[in-house]
Amino acid sequence: MKKLSARRRHPLAAVVVLLLALAATGGLYAAFAPADKAQADETAQSLAIEEGKKLYTVGCASCHGTGGQGTSDGPSLIGVGSAAVDFQVGTGRMPAQQPGAQVPKKKNIYSQAEIDQLAAYISSLGPGPVTPTEKQYNPEGADIARGGDLFRTNCAQCHNFTGEGGALTHGKYAPNLEGVSPKHIYEAMQTGPQNMPSFPDTTMPEQEKRDIIAYIQTVNSGEAETPGGLSLGGLGPVSEGLFAWVFGLGALIATAIWVAAHTAKAKKS
Amino acid sequence: MSTATDKRKAPAGERVADWADGRLGIYSLAKANMRKIFPDHWSFMLGEVALYSFIIIILTGVYLTLFFHPSMNEVEYHGSYVPMQGVLMSEAYASTLDISFDVRGGLLIRQIHHWAALIFLAAMMVHMMRVFFTGAFRKPREINWLFGFLLFVLGMFTGFTGYSLPDDLLSGTGVRFMQGAILSVPVVGTYLSMFLFGGEFPGGDIVARFYSIHILLLPGIMLGLLVAHLILVFYHKHTQFAGPGRTNNNVVGMPLLPIYMAKAGGFFFLVFGVISVISAIASINPIWALGPYRPDQVSTGAQPDWYMGFSEGLIRVMPGWEINLWGHTLVLGVFIPLVIFPLVLATIAVYPFIESWVTGDKREHHILDRPRNAPTRTAFGVAWLTWYFVLLIGGGNDLWATHFHLSINSITWFVRIFFFAGPVLAFIITKRICMGLQRRDKDKVLHGRESGIIKRLPHGEFVEVHEPLTQEALHTLTAHQQYTPREIGPTVDENGVERKVSRTERLRARLSKAYYGKDNQVAKPTVEEYKEITSGHGHH
Repeated sequence: MKKLSARRRHPLAAVVVLLLALAATGGLYAAFAPADKAQADETAQSLAIEEGKKLYTVGCASCHGTGGQGTSDGPSLIGVGSAAVDFQVGTGRMPAQQPGAQVPKKKNIYSQAEIDQLAAYISSLGPGPVTPTEKQYNPEGADIARGGDLFRTNCAQCHNFTGEGGALTHGKYAPNLEGVSPKHIYEAMQTGPQNMPSFPDTTMPEQEKRDIIAYIQTVNSGEAETPGGLSLGGLGPVSEGLFAWVFGLGALIATAIWVAAHTAKAKKS
Repeated sequence: MSTATDKRKAPAGERVADWADGRLGIYSLAKANMRKIFPDHWSFMLGEVALYSFIIIILTGVYLTLFFHPSMNEVEYHGSYVPMQGVLMSEAYASTLDISFDVRGGLLIRQIHHWAALIFLAAMMVHMMRVFFTGAFRKPREINWLFGFLLFVLGMFTGFTGYSLPDDLLSGTGVRFMQGAILSVPVVGTYLSMFLFGGEFPGGDIVARFYSIHILLLPGIMLGLLVAHLILVFYHKHTQFAGPGRTNNNVVGMPLLPIYMAKAGGFFFLVFGVISVISAIASINPIWALGPYRPDQVSTGAQPDWYMGFSEGLIRVMPGWEINLWGHTLVLGVFIPLVIFPLVLATIAVYPFIESWVTGDKREHHILDRPRNAPTRTAFGVAWLTWYFVLLIGGGNDLWATHFHLSINSITWFVRIFFFAGPVLAFIITKRICMGLQRRDKDKVLHGRESGIIKRLPHGEFVEVHEPLTQEALHTLTAHQQYTPREIGPTVDENGVERKVSRTERLRARLSKAYYGKDNQVAKPTVEEYKEITSGHGHH
């Protein structure tokens, strides 16, 4: 040990220690690190990612960047998850047609298989909310009344009592929920698209999301019952007032004119 | 003891009438009123629409009171509407659900009640505008104008309290809105709110209090005013439009019995029928879809019924100003709309008195004006309506935004600007239109009606043949009388002594000129003008 301690102040001592330390960490890493799986993986998952990347390059990269990192025209997609892709592309919102206050819903031009491939690529960029399975969003057997209560507490501020939609600032809006599929409603709650806040499972468990979906389907869908007759858009007093003026008072004034025109006349004879 | 008269007994009807006359004096009443004349014009039936819808509201309202529980006790719903089962709600809301789903005919009656209320207010407003634009509010009918106006305002509040009774999420938001307005009143606001709600909002009293206001207090006052309104209509006799044979001293039309009574009675059933059909077709205030009121919940698109819409507009477009002084907040963003709210209504109510002051006219008027012949009044009325309508746009700004794909901020700014500019523009445009129509009338009187027949004269010129109007039409077009503007007169007399002219007198003279000056009305054709033109110097 004497020899070693005598040379401890040698100009090269520090370099030797550094080399030893590097060799030790490198050796330990090589010994314990998991085996590299990336090479030559031909699974279905990687094929989907590969195909998704191609679709992405054609349809999305101009705004979201070549690697999903985002540009001044579109946000980063790293960590948005497959649920966001399934919602945005599945409802036709993405790819967007033009910039504006809000990207509207439009006709979807991708097949479900292509959407899944895009979703696989995006989720390969970073972990995020996963596309729900049917078991998660199927509203069958859910508690409608509880869903109504949850809807009025969390959703009605923007989407109106029964999800007819409403205005937000500067031309933005909360869309009408009629005809939106349960899967897409679920995904919207999960991911919070555009101006919507997200309701992850930690604040709103799966069961509650199902209850809300069941409520929307009961009050605002093609099969929704309107016991009182025409619903007049479900917009409340504004459309009711307009109806009362145009059809109510309009009909009554027409009646008044008719009555006044049929007056008793002296007999001509 | 039998006498000769017993053999020829009077018919049963006559005997009943005799019996009643002996006790009620109906013969002299009938003699005085049965032949009362009512002129015929469709616009005179607008008030009837209001009257009949009021009767319909009372009839259906009585039915609803049989099943409604004005209580805010919390209950769990177990009725037949599935999406609400198990939800905690007030008894008021639960009983409204029961009326809608479990009481026989309940939903239809509820819808008739509510549709009739909307139509009642709309009919009152249109009736009021008819009276306004034809100048029917002039002496001797000023008090009746105010009665009618009061009926409209009371109708607004009766409607508002009724809309709040079911204690649903929409109406609860409206009550909260009202409480916010009360709280904004400096110094006494918090006390007033605590007094009205019996403690903190929403408390447990407001539905019961609104109930007695809605079914007893306000309708009671309205019924009294309504009777007074009708008595005055009888007493003053009805106004009529100018026409041959119609003067300020007569009424031309049909007698009350039997013709007018039959028409009015029939019209009641027509009104009832139309409102019932609407109620059977279209749903109104579907409270089952709105949910029970809870102060922690709110929905977008929460508006009051249309007649309160302008107050909603005032609050929506007002910038959220506030002043903080010595630990107190003056919420101008709410308080200013609260002050403007009665001003909007008062503006139209006081107009008749302003006009009569400007004209200084103390005579009675039973002949109606055609709106074009009173351009300043007509322009004022249209300006007021524009003001009201701009505020209604503000009240529904969110629906304008979503349905016309506009920015809600732009709509709000539009309303802010047109709150001031709209009435001015409307006034100027309407006045121009009225003047144009007056010129048209003058042209028709002097030159006749355009017949559409083109004639070629021997020397090649083309002319359109004008047909002279009938004497009746000439009379109708020239029957209105025109005021001359009030002059202050010389302020210095022949001795050089200066007369003091008060500021109000100057103002009156200036206003009078604005009403009746040369540029503000077209002088109607004189007999000389007419004779000169129609004396036969070729064509015109």
